[in-house]
Amino acid sequence: MHKTKQIPVFRTIFIFFLCLVELYPLFWMLTASLKQQSEWTSKPAYALNSGFYFKNYIDAWTRGSMRIFFFNSLLNTFISLFFIIIMTTTISFALVKMYWPLRTIVAKYFTMGIMVPVATALIPLFQIYTRSGLINTRLSLILVYTAFGLSLSIYLMTAYLRTLPDEIMEAAVIDGCGIYKMFWYVVIPLLKNAIITVLVLQFFFKWNDLIFSMTFVSDTKLKTIQTGLLYFTDEFGSKNWGAIFASVSLSVFPLLFLYLFLNKTIMEGMTAGAVKG
Amino acid sequence: MTKVLKDKKAIGIFVVPGFIIYTLIVMLPIVWSFYYTFYSGSPGLRWNFCGLKNYQMLFHDKNFLAALLVNLKYILCVMAGQVGLGFLLSLMFMFWLTKFKAVVRTLVFFPVVLPTVAVAQLFAKIYEIQPNYGLLNSVLAHIGLQNLVQPWIGQPSTALGSLCVMDIWVAMGFYSVIFYGALLDIPQETIDAARIDGAGGFILFRYILAPLLRPVTVTSLVFSFTGTVKMFESAIALTNGGPGNATRSMSIYMYNVAFSFNKVGYGSLIALIIFLICVAGSGLISRLDTKDIY
Repeated sequence: MHKTKQIPVFRTIFIFFLCLVELYPLFWMLTASLKQQSEWTSKPAYALNSGFYFKNYIDAWTRGSMRIFFFNSLLNTFISLFFIIIMTTTISFALVKMYWPLRTIVAKYFTMGIMVPVATALIPLFQIYTRSGLINTRLSLILVYTAFGLSLSIYLMTAYLRTLPDEIMEAAVIDGCGIYKMFWYVVIPLLKNAIITVLVLQFFFKWNDLIFSMTFVSDTKLKTIQTGLLYFTDEFGSKNWGAIFASVSLSVFPLLFLYLFLNKTIMEGMTAGAVKG
Repeated sequence: MTKVLKDKKAIGIFVVPGFIIYTLIVMLPIVWSFYYTFYSGSPGLRWNFCGLKNYQMLFHDKNFLAALLVNLKYILCVMAGQVGLGFLLSLMFMFWLTKFKAVVRTLVFFPVVLPTVAVAQLFAKIYEIQPNYGLLNSVLAHIGLQNLVQPWIGQPSTALGSLCVMDIWVAMGFYSVIFYGALLDIPQETIDAARIDGAGGFILFRYILAPLLRPVTVTSLVFSFTGTVKMFESAIALTNGGPGNATRSMSIYMYNVAFSFNKVGYGSLIALIIFLICVAGSGLISRLDTKDIY
């Protein structure tokens, strides 16, 4: 009797502790972003904020140019996501459902890219960009974001496409649909869930990119949010903690909202089998 | 039907643009890197063919060997932490949680989506000692463990460990969700049958769960390995490779060599080594499973 009662208590405490470890740093970040500078010296770091000092956010947004970094990241991410989705769906469809020689080899060729470490491509890309005058442009980032997003997306998308029956396409062809019409009106709607999974995953990857943007872009006006954050900390040093926390929070918010809205789809996509190989 | 699906023009339009971009930006640079390894200096600046000199240099380069060692320690520690804790968390979702399953899973997965730099800034403030105590030190001081208060990321002895803790915190939710998906695929009857036969926790794990979870474990290890070999962004953002070279990974060293010291040829060789370790390591891990992943 005792034993059966004790274990759940222990479990509850453990689970509670785990959630605390996962959540507390983020909660702390939010409270810290609303603290005045004087609170850091007068009270210990774990203390709650005594008021809502929103000026930190205004500082980060205007003086720290977070609005520029934010805009750049959004623009780069959305444009590359657009191309990733178009290329991923068309290539995966051609690889899985269409008939042509070499298609298995091409499929292998695309999945190989999952293993290529970004660092390996960095030096030659830097040389290529310097010579073609693409260094310090938005295009340089959009190109690498798109190209490096393809492998994993195609891998996930082909796995999903294989589970789709061919009969639906057959019906469309009998009705007189051409290949493009069929792709657009029949296949794309069926791929909706896979497209959302790929979009969300790639959004996280592109939004969180640091290595490419710190290598290819040095102009402050073109910096993305990650390089911006590094730059911002250097600029404000360790003097203005509140503004640093505010800028960190600002970079987290879009992901937070996206995640809370779509976490069911992400979980389904992750557990559905695509990643299990 | 087949006629429509054999449309050569459509296949061309569908595949060729992506194929070109992917080849130029992802695959070509690897070949290009290999070609660079035979040159010294950087293009346009004392750029000379030097044969195998870079290769000879590599094995005597103390900095490279130190970076390799740091990287290996990081790989072992973070892989064990991410996959191990991820697995334990998935067991918890499966067997312990009855209520709030979705809520806890959502919370645990959340750090996965956060930007590396943001997480690193946050942890830098958690580990902070100067000018004010950060979260960790202030809590330690408050509960009377004053002697444990230390500059966590400011001294070589604890910097790498602190970095590992951060990266494990970030990614364990990811692996827990993958494992959880695999656990859900195991038929409940199998587990029930084993339970009726008297299998307790350990026996159940050893003879039922472990063999059935083998493929997903291997996939997770490969994911974690390829992620940790690259070790760059979190180390740059948290410690910038320091103090000294305590957290300087191969990628960071490569970056310094190529972009700060302008030794592009030598940097390319290090990049190539990273690529080879990545391919060889994931190949080896995949062989633990009979089914190939890639």
